[in-house]
Amino acid sequence: MIVTSGWYLTLAAVLFVIGAIGLLVRRNALIMFMAIELMLNAVNLTFVAAGHRIGTLDGQVAVFFVLVVAAAEVAVGLAIIVAVFRQRRTASVDELSDLRG
Amino acid sequence: MVDAVLFVIVATTAVAGALGVVMARNPVYSAMGLLATMFSLAVAYVVHLAHFVAFVQVIVYAGAVMTLFLFVIMLIGVDRSEDTSESLPAQRLLVILLTGLIAGIAGILFFAVGFEWVGPDPASLSPSGTIEALSTELFAGWLLPVLSTALLLTISAVGALTLAYFRPTRRTP
Amino acid sequence: MAESIWIVIAAPLAGAVLLHFFGRWLGEPGSGWLATLTVGVAFGFAFTAAIPFFQGTGEPQSVVLYSWMPAVGATFELLWDPLSALMALVVTGVGGLIHLFSIGYMHGDERFGRFFTYLNLFVASMLILVLADNFAVLFLGWELVGLCSYLLISFWFTRPAAAVAGKKAFVVNRIGDLGFVVAVMLIFASFGTLSFSDVFANAPDVLSAGGAAAIGVLLLLGAAGKSAQLPLHVWLPDAMEGPTPVSALIHAATMVTAGVYMIARVSPIYELAPTASAVVAIVGALTALFAATIAFTQTDIKRVLAFSTISQLGYMFMAVGVAGYVAGAFHLMTHAFFKGLLFLGAGSVMHALAGEQNMHRMGGLFRRMPVTALTMAVAALAIVGIPPLSGFWSKDDILAVVFGQGDWYYLLWALGILTATVTAFYMTRQYLLVFAGRPRWEEGAEPHESPLVMTAPLVVLAVLAFFGGLVNTPFSPGLEHFLEPSFEGVTVSHPSTGTLVPLAIVVLLAEAVGVAAAALVYLGPVAARVRLLGRVRGAWEAIRAGYHIDELYAAAVASPGEQAAVWAAFAFDARGVDGVVNGVARVVGRLGATVRPLQTGYVRNYALGIAVGATGLAVWLLARGL
Repeated sequence: MIVTSGWYLTLAAVLFVIGAIGLLVRRNALIMFMAIELMLNAVNLTFVAAGHRIGTLDGQVAVFFVLVVAAAEVAVGLAIIVAVFRQRRTASVDELSDLRG
Repeated sequence: MVDAVLFVIVATTAVAGALGVVMARNPVYSAMGLLATMFSLAVAYVVHLAHFVAFVQVIVYAGAVMTLFLFVIMLIGVDRSEDTSESLPAQRLLVILLTGLIAGIAGILFFAVGFEWVGPDPASLSPSGTIEALSTELFAGWLLPVLSTALLLTISAVGALTLAYFRPTRRTP
Repeated sequence: MAESIWIVIAAPLAGAVLLHFFGRWLGEPGSGWLATLTVGVAFGFAFTAAIPFFQGTGEPQSVVLYSWMPAVGATFELLWDPLSALMALVVTGVGGLIHLFSIGYMHGDERFGRFFTYLNLFVASMLILVLADNFAVLFLGWELVGLCSYLLISFWFTRPAAAVAGKKAFVVNRIGDLGFVVAVMLIFASFGTLSFSDVFANAPDVLSAGGAAAIGVLLLLGAAGKSAQLPLHVWLPDAMEGPTPVSALIHAATMVTAGVYMIARVSPIYELAPTASAVVAIVGALTALFAATIAFTQTDIKRVLAFSTISQLGYMFMAVGVAGYVAGAFHLMTHAFFKGLLFLGAGSVMHALAGEQNMHRMGGLFRRMPVTALTMAVAALAIVGIPPLSGFWSKDDILAVVFGQGDWYYLLWALGILTATVTAFYMTRQYLLVFAGRPRWEEGAEPHESPLVMTAPLVVLAVLAFFGGLVNTPFSPGLEHFLEPSFEGVTVSHPSTGTLVPLAIVVLLAEAVGVAAAALVYLGPVAARVRLLGRVRGAWEAIRAGYHIDELYAAAVASPGEQAAVWAAFAFDARGVDGVVNGVARVVGRLGATVRPLQTGYVRNYALGIAVGATGLAVWLLARGL
């Protein structure tokens, strides 16, 4: 069986779905963040595989930028979680539900 | 043959790591799972001749981002187990339904097209993702975005610093 | 000369504008003199412009001042012919004398300047009315005098009675104006123009008998409102709340005569509608007797004169209803003289007694106020109709014209005779109560004669009331010749001297009866009077209350109107309209409350929402793609 890009794309899709479900199910802010990272990685894999199939370097260029933005996002996001933890002494996002109707 | 074996290894590790992220009680275990996934993905990048991206993945993502995660876990001290009962009504149910839905759609697609849902690969290979090739591409056509990302990183660093040093003023109740 | 006739209007109008801005600065009595001056200028100019008509050589002339909307007949054009000249002279002449009187009467009032602003504005408005050459300008003047009447009746607006009276006058006028406006619309629909010359020239060709009758009756409605005829007379007695010069000028000499003038002016249409003219005459006769009976039950000196005015206006309507336009205009003129004089005299008396209006608290004023007493005697004799004073000539003219119609008009003539008797009675009664007998006024009041600025107009008017009738005796019908150019095509019946003399004697007899009866009752002992009153108390009180017509209107018209207003305000508006508005707000609120639970505050719920949406979008895109 020839391993085509389709296989890798499917893998990426599976990883993405697992990450999404993890985001929806877990309460711990840190673990939710890690699920987000998982989703970003899945997207990166998609980009690389698709770019390789098409035959240009555009996929890898996109991955480059996604990587940078993810890194920046992680820095700021974790800083927020730390700040919130200092205030509320909890890492559970369910406790942070004051903005409600 | 080699491709298939490679793929199986990569896929297994990645999925196992992903499941570990989502299902582990201990956040440190989740971090470990994520690390495994990232390493396997780096291998996948190499398979696709994206060498530079693979390097960056290991160095930045696995090396810096995950380290940051572990630091924060240590800082916050969340090593206790988390309560497993779902506090939000209908959330779990809806998530299960959603998963079923997605699985169903995926199944339908697969049965219709098979794994060949993308079609056979073209004969010629894409250019190798070496540093020279990628940097030529980046700095030739994508200079402005690259510099913007530099700015972005600076801003995020400053932002993180600000948030870290933020001390809530004491308010009398 | 006649091309500049607009100066007659411009002078008092300029006076009104100047006084509006500078009245307070001019103060007393400067503003009064300025107002009198403008009216005097108008009089002088009108007199000069009327000289050709005096000589019998003048031709009616139309002057177009400004063509605003010719398509709908709205041009500002004036007509200068003998009829409008007569009206203009009466308005400015008598008006000027009343302005002079007011300088003394309104002394000390804190809104002195504003009073003269309104008075000048009124004179200007009345002149617009009488100088109009089309129905649009006529209506403009018509409405303006109504406005001025309202402003002047409620001049002392801090008194609730005055404010209410002003409102009542305006509203009742409005009812009449409805008839007027509909008539004007009918005229425009029939003729396509509103200009007098076009309308009157083509009237025989354009109007059917029915159409002319309809227009005639509708115009009568308007005239009845303005001239206080049945059934729209109720505002005039209440209008006595205004200062006495206002009562003299507007509600005796000029504004109330606008209805008579209007009917006379529209004579070509009435000539085509004998039915409408008959209605006019009947209304006039009935009103005359009706008002006269109420007049002799009143105790307020001004209300007697108010009802007297309504009664005399009835005479004028009777006249123009039988095509006696000259007789009607003649009585209009003499009435302006003697009624104006009566009102000013009453004002003089009130001024002397510090505002007392109840005749039972007057008496014995002859010696204290000789000038007022003598001039009022002249006026009283004139209105009763004693020769050779003016009232005799004009009243007999009217009665003669009515008699000359024959048939059932004899009935109207009889009503006129009866009215003359009652007129004589109440006038004598008033004079005796005020000037004769023993003083019944308050202790401490020191009545004395009024200052010259007030007595001079009295004297002038007395002279006019005495000799004014000589302009149109059957021996030398000067007025008739004067007005000939205005009433071409109208045949005036001239009863022979053989008929006239007996008629005059009958009238004189009727009047003598009235005078004698009043003298008997009111020169006699008070006790006899009281006993007499006791026997007719019920009827007396009913008549005194105006036959309860005011109450009738209140119950039939005002009350339902008020109920409708209450319903509209509290039921429809508060519950209906507000209910809808509040209901909408409530619905929106409930909608919001229903949707609000979606905002749980939990990030994971929101993430789920995003996931569901994204999945749906992906499915949709795939479905389209496949």
